[in-house]
Amino acid sequence: MLKRKFLGNLRLSHHKNTADMSPVRMTPPQEILLPMDQHIGAPATPVVKVGDTVRVGQLVAEATGAVSAPIYASVSGKVTKIENTLRVNGKSVPTIRIENDGEMTAFDGITPPTVTDLDSFLDAVRKSGVVGMGGAGFPTGVKLDFLKKNSVHTVILNGAECEPYITSDARTMTDEADYVYAGIKLLQKVAPEIKKYIIGIEKNKPECIEILGNITKDDPSVSIVPLPLLYPQGAEKILIYNTTGITVPEGCLPSEVGTLVLNVTTLAVIAKYVETGMPLVERCVTVDGSAIAEPKNVIVPIGASVADVINFAGGLKEPHCKVIMGGPMTGHAVYDLTEPVIKTTNAILAFNEKETFGKKVTACIHCGKCVEICPNNLNPTSFVKALKADTVDERMALLEDAHVNLCMECGCCAYVCPAARPLAENIRVAKNSLREYKAHKASLK
Amino acid sequence: MEKLIVSTSPHIQSKTSTQGIMRDVIIALLPAAVAGCILFGWKALLMIAVCVATTVLSEFLFNLLTKKEQTVTDLSAVVTGLILALSLPAKANIFHCIVGSVFAIVVVKCLFGGIGCNFANPAATARVFLIIAFSASIGGATAPALGGVDLVASATPLEIIKFGSDTTLPSLLDMFLGNRAGAIGETSALALILGGIYLIFRRVIKWHVPVIYIATVFLLSLIIKQDLTVALYQVLGGGLVIAAFFMITDYSTTPINTLGKMVFAFGCGVITVLIRFWGSYPEGVSFAILLMNILSPYIEKLCAKKPLGKAGK
Repeated sequence: MLKRKFLGNLRLSHHKNTADMSPVRMTPPQEILLPMDQHIGAPATPVVKVGDTVRVGQLVAEATGAVSAPIYASVSGKVTKIENTLRVNGKSVPTIRIENDGEMTAFDGITPPTVTDLDSFLDAVRKSGVVGMGGAGFPTGVKLDFLKKNSVHTVILNGAECEPYITSDARTMTDEADYVYAGIKLLQKVAPEIKKYIIGIEKNKPECIEILGNITKDDPSVSIVPLPLLYPQGAEKILIYNTTGITVPEGCLPSEVGTLVLNVTTLAVIAKYVETGMPLVERCVTVDGSAIAEPKNVIVPIGASVADVINFAGGLKEPHCKVIMGGPMTGHAVYDLTEPVIKTTNAILAFNEKETFGKKVTACIHCGKCVEICPNNLNPTSFVKALKADTVDERMALLEDAHVNLCMECGCCAYVCPAARPLAENIRVAKNSLREYKAHKASLK
Repeated sequence: MEKLIVSTSPHIQSKTSTQGIMRDVIIALLPAAVAGCILFGWKALLMIAVCVATTVLSEFLFNLLTKKEQTVTDLSAVVTGLILALSLPAKANIFHCIVGSVFAIVVVKCLFGGIGCNFANPAATARVFLIIAFSASIGGATAPALGGVDLVASATPLEIIKFGSDTTLPSLLDMFLGNRAGAIGETSALALILGGIYLIFRRVIKWHVPVIYIATVFLLSLIIKQDLTVALYQVLGGGLVIAAFFMITDYSTTPINTLGKMVFAFGCGVITVLIRFWGSYPEGVSFAILLMNILSPYIEKLCAKKPLGKAGK
């Protein structure tokens, strides 16, 4: 293979403090909250009523339409309320509240699915409730459907875990490496046209590289690519380029160039579901950061509140802090600790004020650090300039010309900016307004 | 009750700040400033103090009078004052230094919107303005006053090469150390290179820019004059080294992308050589920078990197 320059430019402190900590199962909380938007796409539709008794692994909400995923109860108990709650993206979605009876009785309809061919496999994946576990939340059943539409020759398993602090994927690769390989074997069985399986892992996880390397060493179709410690290695298009050399063209899906990316934990959860029949009801969450008393990896029932998880990790060291769901580069700040853990929550981090707030926002000095750091070769300042244009049409034309849609919001530009300009925030506004503008224009036609 | 801090991602940021960058530039200019004071005596120190005080004060007053947020703490005015002082000869009239400093800050920088918004290099523009407005005081140069000798006007090495003179050309070693006629901070290549290496090491500037600029001037001189010594005098003479590390690396007035910065440096090199060999001035560095400042937005646009996976052309 030709040596090529890896994409990704940002060196971050890793803070993988919890890498050696095997996940600990937390005591299930008194009550769980299951919002219907735990994935990208249409929110799921509740199939239970207030007063219903549910068991662990029982379906409480089914997928709505083509891009969606079902949701299962993670505790046994009684449905006490189904009401709309305000989510962090500003949308209001139905949320099922279940009171835990403390028994954790498993649903008696749980049986391992029979997987014989691609169709039965896809059916099983859809039923498992699995979505992109790395944080993206794209329903995996929908993603794997592309195996039927496009000829996919390479599956890339994302074990980069490039965000600081988070180690939940690393724990999957060490504790559940067998499930990761079992998932590969399932795919080999149902989709023989896939010739190559590449596992991309950042070099700061040598034990993961070693363990997975040992398990897959007799399988010539599986290879492991150690990735440089340059954020964002785990971003889909960057990962595809760095592991295969293939560039995904603008507006195309990875499957259109013969590739498919799956998070390692996503695949392990699928393999577990095929073995046991228990759908996705819990996940590993890294709880860390300067304001967390006892950092650890926790197995959390989906729907437990952030407060429950933080209390299990010894509580907050100081009340005035920033709590983040996900990584520090792309995660979102929690404004209310009753917010529940969802399928995509790979970490809960809490930082004291000093760590997240420091620099004053000053004028852009045109230093070019954001341009240099952008893994997608974009110019973040051009988007900000575009937003200042006089008319909407002008603004949108400039944004399109600067390819704002190619931005994946990794946050590198805002991280390096010496003037602390809110670049990522501006770009998010720019992307959304361009999308809405285009939709509006299309509706006029 | 918890008091949660909420903001959009990313939630961490690098430690680099505008003030930190400017502080690094000031540190990098210190060797040249010290060399200037050793070579040209108390007058050099006075000029530096006056220019820096004037630039800072004019920015402070401008912001105060126009009711803008105070920006003097970002230290960029200090940098402008320092570079301007270092690029003036020791015979300069102090009053002219003040005029130049006010011009650099108010006209070139603040009127265009302050830090990051000016299109022309403040120090280079002010120097050109002073040369044209007060050629008797600012034009020409002073020989170093080592060992208590009085400051006397003297032809610069570039003038000697271009126009001929009774004065003998200083040795290349003197050129490198700074013992030659010229502006107070531009003569010691050694001190400037030390500061430049610090800036590259601190990642404030890219090594490509000074290297391409100096190499362009060196190679073009070598090709045109077919003489290694002349080429070396061209590199060490005039304000080339100070410009290479401290002026053409200015953020606001040069392209934002690395390729653009490299093209900018190359263009500056070509124009410097053209003016030095065929123009009527012996020195062309400031003019070259100004000309390229005007082209900078176009270079930036043409040198933009291709976005990953960009569709179409």
